[in-house]
This record gives sequence, C-alpha cells and structure tokens, in this order.
Amino acid sequence: MGDIRRPFHHALAVSEKHCRGCTRCMKNCPTEAIRIIRGTAQVNAERCIDCGQCLDACPYEAISIEQDDFSRIFSFQHRIAVFPALFFSQFSDDVPESWIAQSLYDIGFTDYYESEFGVDILKSISSRFSVYAARKPVISSYCPAVVRLIQIKYHSLVDHINLLRTPMEITSLYVRQLYQDKGISAKDVGVFYVTPCAAKIADIKTSEKGKNHLFDGVINLDYLYNLVCGNVSKHKKRLQQSKPLKSTVSGNAAIWSLAKGESAMVPGRSLAVDEIHNVIEFLESYETNSIEDLDFLELRACSQGCAGGVLTPENKFLTSEKVMKRAKRKGPLDDETQRRISHESRKIDRKLKIDGYEAHNTDVLDDDISEALKKMDEIEKISTLLPGLDCGLCGSPSCEALARDIVLQKASWSYCGVLHLKKSHPLIQEIWGNKFSRNS
Amino acid sequence: MDVSIELTAGDFSRAGTASSRIKKILKQLNVPPDIIKRVVIALYESEVNVVAHSYGGNVTCTITSEGIDIVVQDQGPGIPDIDLAMSEGYSTASKEIREMGFGAGMGLPNIRKNVDALEINSSENSPTTISMHVKFTHTQEE
Repeated sequence: MGDIRRPFHHALAVSEKHCRGCTRCMKNCPTEAIRIIRGTAQVNAERCIDCGQCLDACPYEAISIEQDDFSRIFSFQHRIAVFPALFFSQFSDDVPESWIAQSLYDIGFTDYYESEFGVDILKSISSRFSVYAARKPVISSYCPAVVRLIQIKYHSLVDHINLLRTPMEITSLYVRQLYQDKGISAKDVGVFYVTPCAAKIADIKTSEKGKNHLFDGVINLDYLYNLVCGNVSKHKKRLQQSKPLKSTVSGNAAIWSLAKGESAMVPGRSLAVDEIHNVIEFLESYETNSIEDLDFLELRACSQGCAGGVLTPENKFLTSEKVMKRAKRKGPLDDETQRRISHESRKIDRKLKIDGYEAHNTDVLDDDISEALKKMDEIEKISTLLPGLDCGLCGSPSCEALARDIVLQKASWSYCGVLHLKKSHPLIQEIWGNKFSRNS
Repeated sequence: MDVSIELTAGDFSRAGTASSRIKKILKQLNVPPDIIKRVVIALYESEVNVVAHSYGGNVTCTITSEGIDIVVQDQGPGIPDIDLAMSEGYSTASKEIREMGFGAGMGLPNIRKNVDALEINSSENSPTTISMHVKFTHTQEE
C-alpha cells in the first residue's frame, strides 16, 4: 500500500522551560504520540491529532496553542469573524448577546457569523442530503481530531468520512460569495475563524483539503472572550444602547457542535460518541464487529462536543445547557434570511464537496512484511521481559510502547529504571513482593 | 508468528478478543484494510461459533509474510451435517442464543465468503476443527 502522506500541521507546542517531564500528558495521550526526552515532553508529529488531551493533563501550563496575531485582522478592509454559536454562551447571564455583538464591532470586526449558519445553508440547498461518503455509515467530518485519528489508525473507515465541507467552511464560502456579489475585491475581505480547540487550527492550517482558501487566520476563543469581557467592563453604559443583533443561525443549527447536536439532524439511525478515549474504544469495537443499519456516526474528541473544547472558558456542562436553551428560543430563520440563502447558496453549491481523505501509515512497523513480522516477534519477546508497570520512567507511555521503541531503535533496554533496581533491597520487597525477582 | 487464544463456551461477552488482537497485529504489518476486514469477520464468526455451539475450544493464528492460517478447535459436540451447516440461514442455535442476537445461520457461510481456503473436519459427537487461510495479497477475481 503506497504511503502518500502530506504532513499535518500542528497547533500544540511544549515549552521546554515549563515542562517538568512529569509524564501526565504522555500517559493521557490517546495516540501515544508523546515521549519524555531529556526531561521534556516531545510530540511525534505523525501521531499527534491535536485533540488537546495533553494540555488538559498538564498542571504546569507547559503546553500552549499557537495563535495568529490579532492585529492581522486590520490588514483587511472587511473583517469578518466566524465563531461557533457556543461563543455567546461563554458569558455570564448579565451580559446580553447584543453587548457581545457590539463589542465585536468595537474590537475591530466589521461583521460576524455563527459558523453553524453553514448548517442552514446546507439545509437550504438540499433538504434531502446533508451527508455524503462512499460508504455507510457516514462518519461526521466535523471534529478534525477525529478525522485525523481515523486517518492514522482506522484505515478501513477512511472512506466513511463525510466529504461535504463542514458548516464553518460553508459559512466562509457563503460570506465570500456575498462580498463578491457586492463588487468587493476578494483581497479586501478577511474571514477569521474563532476556534474552541487546537484541532480546528491544525485543520485550517493543513492544506490537505484542497486549494480553496477559506480562512485568513485563526483567533483562539479564549483570547476573543477576554477582549469582549474587557470591552464590556469598560463601556457598559454605551453598550446598553446597542441595537438588537442580527439573527445568524436557526435554533436547530445552533446545537450542532454539542454532543448529539449533529446526529439529531441526520435522518436514519445515528449514534453519537463524545470524548476521544470513548471514540477510540468505540472505533476499536466497531472495526471488529460492525453495526447493521447504522446510517451516521457523530464522533467528537471533546467531552460534550465543542462545549468541552480546551479554549472555551465556561464549564462545558453549563455551556451545553445554555446553548440548548438559546436554541429553543431561536426557532427557524426569518423569511428574509431564508430567501437570501436560497438565492446565494446556488452559487457555491459546486464547492461544497471535497475530494477525499488519505490514510497515513503511522502504525506500520516496516514496509516489508517479513521485516515487520520479525519486529513484531521481537516486540512480543521484549514485552514479556519488561516489568509491565507502565510507570513511564523510561519516557515511553507503557512497557509495550517501550518494547516497540526499542525495536524501532528509538530507545534502549537501559531506559527501564525498574530493571535497574536492586531487587534484593528490602524496600522493593515491601512494595512489590517478589514480583521482579524472576526476570533478573 | 503465532497467537493462541482460549475460548470458553457461553462467554459471549469475550467473543471478539481474538479478532481484535489479530486486527491490531495485521495493521502494524501493513496488510491492506479490506483484507484485515475479511480476516476479522472470519475470525469473529469462528469465535462466536465456538462460544455458542461448542463445549469450548481455542483459536490459533499463524501469521507469515504471505498470509494468515487460522485453526479453530473445539471439544465437541461436532457438526452432524456440514453441508447443511454451510447453507445460509440454517441454524441449530437455541432460542436463548437467538434472543441474544446470535444464531442467524450466517456463521459458516460468512466465514466461507471471506477466506481463500476453508477446511472443516467434524462429525457428530466429536470435536470440530476448522482451518482457514487468508492471503495478504489480492487474488485475481477481486
């Protein structure tokens, strides 16, 4: 099988200064992408899916998410923010939506859209199809961390991934079309995505999806949250006079990014799984024993869907509740918006599908199968000789991973600290009994 | 390399252990996904067969660079009419087993569809041995 991989862009970085090599991120990483080398966590670029589990696990704030310079928005005459609907639900109840919207203008944007507006556009183009893939069940492409996970680990499921663009991408296409129709040059229009997680940054900056240029930059949601909060506290008086805001998303679409939000809108039998370890557990069993009559799979790397994104300041359960409440109040789009969508969306409908996703062979031991078999045998042998504590002292997440690293010449036997222990020491006996005496 | 796994009669919750383990190994050997899928289906059906119909047994997989040999052995009670067992929809499964979602009579037919070679040795009141082979390269008819 040919391995035509294009490198993934990654949005997570480890600060050598802050990292203590504590192994927490390494042990929490769902793809075993992290090793501790010379006291610092090192991330394997081929295995990392930018899910953000490491950032959640780190108590020393050693893991950060890249971000574009905010002032970049001012290099465009028209500056449009596209953000997930849950952005409105990050603020305390005494900050009305109109203040938040007005603050976006105060900060420097000239217009804004909720990314789930793309769902309304999609629905208006065709009430029949909202997902499209070579095989059923169609797997949602909404969460880029899950898409990458499938690309590196679940090759038999790659052609199940939905090929329709995600709502945020459709929103961008639509907005750009709108400005083009007004006779505004494309180079004067800057569309910026406000992201709840690292995976979306990585996705936007990996050009794998084709040449279509959709976003001019990414702004981290917590950063924008801080700017809006600052503006609200400074200009409370003036904001009280702000106009009622425009409606940019329907109630049904507004819950799309939450767990069960997307699957609720897809016809047929669908299943929703959230949190990356759950997703892995599900995919492992699904690959062995598929489920009949399943039409759609909604898989999200974060618990509670995007409400649990690492860049969302509000508690994820509270966010979910607030988003649901807001969606209930909203109902369908007004007739005028609906008319405008059906008129405009015809112009972008040929750009809605992407070509496909590639598999990346990260787990393969050797391109030559006989060599790979030999390595497999060696790994098995070494695994039985290692203590099986998965303590992480060697810098690998588990004894099995160390065995693999040894065979792939990325580590050596001497890395195992437990094997170095003086087994006759009374303390060792006290803790482990005579568990380790037999292997020496 | 060899992998051997014991199967306990009636332990449906653990049927699938062998197939997931083999799946993990084959992925690391760069075996094409569609072939892995066939191996997994054949293996999983075999596991269910042993768990549902026999007094227990074991699966032994031998993996070489050319393909995988799977030998499933149980301790009886044997298949009286192999041709009948090979026909789709025929099942001797009890009501209880069918209620659990197994015993649709697709086990052996499904195995046959997914392997390149299949041999069944069995008769009434004796152990059953099923040997299968799946090649790691695509054959012409596919």
